[in-house]
Amino acid sequence: MFGLTAADLTAYWITLKLATVGTVVLVVLATPLAWWLARTKWKGRIVVETLVALPLVMPPTVMGFYLLVLFGPHGWVGGLLESLGYRHLAFTFTGIVIGSMFFSLPFVVHPLQNAFASTGIRVSEVANTLRASPWDRFVSVILPLSRRGFLSAFVLSFAHTFGEFGMILMIGGSIPGATKVASIAIYDHVETMNYGAAHSLSLLLVASSFILLMLIFALNRRYKVAGMA
Amino acid sequence: MSLKLDFTVDRGSFILQAALELPARGVTALFGRSGSGKTTLLRCIAGLKRQRGGYLAFRGETWQQGKDFVPTWKRPLGYVFQEASLFPHLSVRGNLEYGYRRVAEEKRHFHCEEIVALLGLETLLGRCPDQLSGGQRQRVALGRALLTSPELLLMDEPLASLDAASKEEILPFLERLRDELQIPIIYVSHAIDEVIRLADHVVLIDNGKVIAQGGLQAMLTGRELPFVRTESASTALEARLRTADAGDELSELEVEGQPLLIARHPGNPGQAVRVRILARDVGLALQPPADTSILNCLAVTVLDTQPGLVPSQLLVRLALGGQVLLSRISCRSARLLGLHAGQNLYALVKTVALG
Repeated sequence: MFGLTAADLTAYWITLKLATVGTVVLVVLATPLAWWLARTKWKGRIVVETLVALPLVMPPTVMGFYLLVLFGPHGWVGGLLESLGYRHLAFTFTGIVIGSMFFSLPFVVHPLQNAFASTGIRVSEVANTLRASPWDRFVSVILPLSRRGFLSAFVLSFAHTFGEFGMILMIGGSIPGATKVASIAIYDHVETMNYGAAHSLSLLLVASSFILLMLIFALNRRYKVAGMA
Repeated sequence: MSLKLDFTVDRGSFILQAALELPARGVTALFGRSGSGKTTLLRCIAGLKRQRGGYLAFRGETWQQGKDFVPTWKRPLGYVFQEASLFPHLSVRGNLEYGYRRVAEEKRHFHCEEIVALLGLETLLGRCPDQLSGGQRQRVALGRALLTSPELLLMDEPLASLDAASKEEILPFLERLRDELQIPIIYVSHAIDEVIRLADHVVLIDNGKVIAQGGLQAMLTGRELPFVRTESASTALEARLRTADAGDELSELEVEGQPLLIARHPGNPGQAVRVRILARDVGLALQPPADTSILNCLAVTVLDTQPGLVPSQLLVRLALGGQVLLSRISCRSARLLGLHAGQNLYALVKTVALG
């Protein structure tokens, strides 16, 4: 199809899977963190906020390098897993999912934190006086009022992972069918002067990004979220 | 059957201290200036603020004591905030039903149709909160709170953020609420006219301290209390409607066995009516005067006098049966009348406003 080989399609599929799985897991895990950051009055939260923002300024290769060391058979995480009878995480799909989650953390936490902060405490108090338990309040009031924040978090995290290169190469290597993503495949094509294949795969990435974003903007327009009345 | 509370909130420069036993019926106003601690006290009662060391019991049920604390959502109360704070992602109907759906079926005393009718919300149900006026929003917020069938209704200056027209739109609903629904209401306000119109019981709070509490009239006319020292010193008389149409667009009330004429007021004979009479609108005479434009003349007895706001004036407290009327007169008039405690006089009432 359009000069795409089976290997190219596999790389594209892995990219999609990585971005989807990584984003979903990250949003679920980052929600409590963002909630806590938006609500806590603890002064030390600035340290946590800095740590969350760190991936914004760190070169992906640096992060990838540290994670590789950590996830490898002799690293703290990898070593612990090995001693428990599991396989270490270097050069695995799980490894690049976790890596991409660290990498996208600020892109998820920031929009969620802003959304939670702007929802304000009042709506939650109102729901409290209307017999809603804490969890009920979160689901019935906070979540729907933070829709835009979640949408931004999904888009940013997905897009960010979709195009990531350096960190995935570091942690995952370039194992076809496991950790070789589309951006790495494109690089390989260019390395071997196969510009035609590079073009096809690149065009596929551009088209999918375009369609995805358009869908999201359409959704966003449909579910307009009004301010507090 | 009451609300007992004991809270001390220490914010360094400001300390709120309140140990109170309030009647669990009628409207109790927490009255005081902005920043006097009224809202903080209301939030403690609601459980929105968890004050350590606080004590709170409602109708014999302990809501807070020591480490025991019933969270707000488990307390059978309704709360109306100063800003309506409707949920922007829900329609008016969605807002109204939010609390209703969370109350067990056997505990629902009020249902949507009756509350919608009581508050006149029929035409608003499908709208979004941002399409409503301030007064409409506050009515929806009130209905939303009522639909949880609360045993106690807490209101934090529900009219303060509204313009005069919207206030007049809401006040009759609040009066109906008080008269028809039998829910005890705690009403925070710094507007004396709202308090006179709605409250049965008043707690005066100043700078975090409770200065006095008691019936509305006693608080308005109490000798040592702040109201008698204001320009708009007044009393609130409890009267009954005798004749709705007394001719000339007037209605006749009866207060302590004496007639009192007011501008035409619709209602049924025997119905309770509260009227407000300002001290400056009451003159005194030794004999009931003939040939005067003043219609209302009540036989009263002098209780005591105190200095007025300016040296030339006196404030006189008068007994009207079991109730108290205030009159502001000049010191010269007092001397000419030979004013003294126990003296029988006639109070000439120039203006009577509905309370």
